[in-house]
Amino acid sequence: MKRSVLDFWVGIFVILGLSCIAFLSLKVAHITTFGENKNNSYTIYAKFSNIGSLKVNAPVKVSGFTVGRVSAISLDPKTYQALATLQIDKQYQFSNDSSAEILTTGLLGEQYIGLQSGADPELLKNGDTISLTSSALVLEQLISKFMTNMTSK
Amino acid sequence: MKSFSQIIQACGRPVSSFIFMLGECAHLLYNIICGIIYAIRRPRLIIKEIFFSGVLSILIIAISGWFVGMVLALQGYNTLQRFGSVSVLGSLVALSLLRELGPVLSAILFASRAGSGITAEIGLMKATEQLDAMSVMAVDPIKRVVIPKFLGGIISMPLLTALFNYCGIMGGYFVGVILLKLDHGTFWSQMQDSVDLSQDIVNGIIKSLVFGIVVNLISVYQGLQAKSTAEGVSAATTRTVVHSALAVLALDFVLTAFMF
Repeated sequence: MKRSVLDFWVGIFVILGLSCIAFLSLKVAHITTFGENKNNSYTIYAKFSNIGSLKVNAPVKVSGFTVGRVSAISLDPKTYQALATLQIDKQYQFSNDSSAEILTTGLLGEQYIGLQSGADPELLKNGDTISLTSSALVLEQLISKFMTNMTSK
Repeated sequence: MKSFSQIIQACGRPVSSFIFMLGECAHLLYNIICGIIYAIRRPRLIIKEIFFSGVLSILIIAISGWFVGMVLALQGYNTLQRFGSVSVLGSLVALSLLRELGPVLSAILFASRAGSGITAEIGLMKATEQLDAMSVMAVDPIKRVVIPKFLGGIISMPLLTALFNYCGIMGGYFVGVILLKLDHGTFWSQMQDSVDLSQDIVNGIIKSLVFGIVVNLISVYQGLQAKSTAEGVSAATTRTVVHSALAVLALDFVLTAFMF
């Protein structure tokens, strides 16, 4: 086979393979920059009395839009509250009295943290802690509350 | 007493010959690594091998990937429908292709399409004493014949796997969105939510690289070990496909246990 024909087909093969890899990483894995680069994000903490099944790397959303990720989850040994570390993209700033809650996407979906901005003109700084939080809904607790309400009637 | 010792020998022979084979494979791999500089200085030979093992496998890989993706989507749809969660069909197809089916099936297809060809070619060159003629002319057949085939196969393997994954996902898209009328936005966004670049895609590429090394090593090893007869070459070709499939499936379990 002629050398130029050989080169042509091998070139097509390599370009085809590389473009498939590019398709897989861009379209299927949907690379986002959130949480990957610590220079572009700042850290805030949120204490929850129950985090449900929240996992590290879960998204932090405001009005459904992802602004950051949960980078670590630990337990505060004094208050026995779970401490979630959130990495928030620097271009989004929130007021000091923002509240955080743990929400679920869909009925059986992943859990994420929803932020709700407050009215305080002072903004959350790197290392601040959100005190206004509401915990994850745990099905057993909901049912037991419902049962006690029903029996007390 | 003699027959008793023969029974013991019959038990030990498969094990010892397996260990001998592993040792010879490792020795061959060492020789290949030692001569790799020589082969890289002659890229034309490698490009020719990429053509034979990679370019000529594009069609079988693409068509198989397309059908595997379509079957996955169809079966997944039937099962997910019972739980009312057909929206995760996209992530089901993408994850099973990227993590397991893509690397494994394309490695097995590669072994039967290209690996058997490599074995037959080297085996026939050995049977017709072309390899001996090369040695006589002070050309090392390992460097001149074996290493380009080995490298060409290793370069082709991840590219073919990526092609397989792409075609599979498009096949799943075709069945899920176009035939079964799922929402295409949900299909892609569910997929994007669950697929992770380093966890799924990079690990899949690492898997396919490892499979490429193993399948190509088995192919060239069987070619060099083939008996110099027509039956010997045909038996070696069969062994390449069988051993490659077994090695790929067993290694896949080990790699999965470490990766995920």
